[in-house]
Amino acid sequence: MIPANSAVSTRDVTVAYGSRVIQSGLTFTIEKGDIFIIMGGSGCGKSSLLRVLMGLTPPAKGSVFYGKTDFWNAPEKEREAIMRRTGVMFQSGALWTSRTLAENVALPLEYYTDLSPRDIRAIASFKLSLVGLAGFEDFYPSEISGGMKKRAGLARALALDPEVVYFDEPSAGLDPVSAARLDELILQLRDTLGMTVVVVTHELASIFAIASNSVFLDAKTKTMTASGDPHELLRHGPDEVVEFLTRGKGRDRGENQ
Amino acid sequence: MQPAFDIQQERDTLIVRASGPWSRQALTSSPLVPDAMTSKAIAALRDAKTVRFLADDVTAWDSVLLSSFNAVAQAARAAGLAVDTSALPGGMGPMLDMALAVPPGNGGSRKEEPGFLETIGEKTLAWPGITKNVVDFVGDVAMSMARFFSGRASCSPRDTWNVFRECGVDALPIVTLTSLLLGLILAFVSSMQLKLFGAEIYVASLVGVSMVRVMGPVLTGIVLSGRTGASFAAVIGSMQVNEEVDALTGFGISPTDFLVLPRVLGLAVMTPLLTLYADVAGIAGGFLVGVLMLDISPAAYIGNTLQFMKLGYVWTGLLHAFVFGFIISLCGCYQGMRCGRNASAVGRATTAAVVNSIVGIIVATSVITIILTVLDL
Repeated sequence: MIPANSAVSTRDVTVAYGSRVIQSGLTFTIEKGDIFIIMGGSGCGKSSLLRVLMGLTPPAKGSVFYGKTDFWNAPEKEREAIMRRTGVMFQSGALWTSRTLAENVALPLEYYTDLSPRDIRAIASFKLSLVGLAGFEDFYPSEISGGMKKRAGLARALALDPEVVYFDEPSAGLDPVSAARLDELILQLRDTLGMTVVVVTHELASIFAIASNSVFLDAKTKTMTASGDPHELLRHGPDEVVEFLTRGKGRDRGENQ
Repeated sequence: MQPAFDIQQERDTLIVRASGPWSRQALTSSPLVPDAMTSKAIAALRDAKTVRFLADDVTAWDSVLLSSFNAVAQAARAAGLAVDTSALPGGMGPMLDMALAVPPGNGGSRKEEPGFLETIGEKTLAWPGITKNVVDFVGDVAMSMARFFSGRASCSPRDTWNVFRECGVDALPIVTLTSLLLGLILAFVSSMQLKLFGAEIYVASLVGVSMVRVMGPVLTGIVLSGRTGASFAAVIGSMQVNEEVDALTGFGISPTDFLVLPRVLGLAVMTPLLTLYADVAGIAGGFLVGVLMLDISPAAYIGNTLQFMKLGYVWTGLLHAFVFGFIISLCGCYQGMRCGRNASAVGRATTAAVVNSIVGIIVATSVITIILTVLDL
């Protein structure tokens, strides 16, 4: 049964790349208002799973539910409606390079609303200031740094005030201060706007700062080996999860060197 | 002194002793892995259980030596031997252990390059898949057009306008140049033959009819496939590489509506318009040759052109152009949308777009010509 407050849940999902199975037997529930972390080592299929969740690639097997709707078996109309209520911050930003930052944020608004250009511009400016890019409205993506592109990507993800926001490696390539700021922003979004946040990351500082729930994908067994609050997993989780959560943490503090 | 390997077997231990300078500079002709140490050769040795590496006599070393040891160690492992690196001096042992710590993954090595027959087989087997993709794509575009004409597909007006401008107005100079010259060439070549019969005046109608009926549309089509079709493939292809297409899908915006539809509509409208323009430019080219070189009076030239021109020819030309517009835009957008995620894939997509659309134009021209001939139009 799908819990009543489930935002997104999966049933026995298999993620494959061509004929190569990367992960299988994934069953978990992301509750409304959760900050849900998908963690695991490099190459374990985190990003591929994210693509399945956000509706870009169909799973090889299993179902993804948005609320009670079986996403991949829903009619296209309904799928598009669901995707409109989700936002994605891609790893590299994936901004539309032939548009300025303001136009990037404005595009979904132009597409889905009847707001006047001036109102849309005001909304775009606000979303850009939220991520610390006030004053960069008329810059093109090629004119700003990698970290700024990611933040602009977040501003665009927030354009339609989505119910669920996906982050693919949000802090990769950001300096520690910006990364911490981003964590703060994620918490803020959840607390004030009630967004559900799904984050793919292996950044331990972020995991412990923001996570309320998580799932751990293991590259060797090709399935999820643990789920729950990472703080709990640190105490009671299986060995490889504890190793994942402590090894790096020790290294962060310079203890292992 | 030369870098060298010395291999001895002591009871169940295979001792591999390296000596001499083992560095990139010193290594000239000696093979990195001696023939005696391939996994086949090792497997043929009896009773060997361990391979031990020694490097006490090595005078200088870098990763070349370790690469060599690593290759031997992997071969030995494959033959079922244990690897002993404990006798290696300096940091060699730990470093080699590190390289050997993770066994070769199953996703690690690629399939071998397929042979000639295998390639033919693979390409043949790929056909049904490609056909399905093309049919899917054309179906998507058709649905998208249906949505557009029933007012339910919104493609950004600004993008559509850009496409109209790019494949219309911006193409005018090159279309002018090429069709004017084509008119000149047609007039010249035909005049050489017609002169024999003293019938130079018919240069006018020959240039006029052939430009309007088929040469104008074909020339415009070929110019547009090189100019616009290639740019469609490159633009959409780079958007694919940069995940920009995924970003559209992520907002529930259909990339077919948003990227493909404006381009298809743009070319379907602009190719016929450009063709009309090319017809006029081509006739102007013929006119120049006729009046300046063949001493035909302007009035006679125009008169002869109009005498043999039929409205039907114009319609035939426009039909060609309309079909070409679809072929070019569909080829360009299809290749862009199916583009792989790397830089060379964009290049391949662009090439394929141009080649496919030119072949498509030639094939479509023959089909239309045959149909019109059978229908006696």
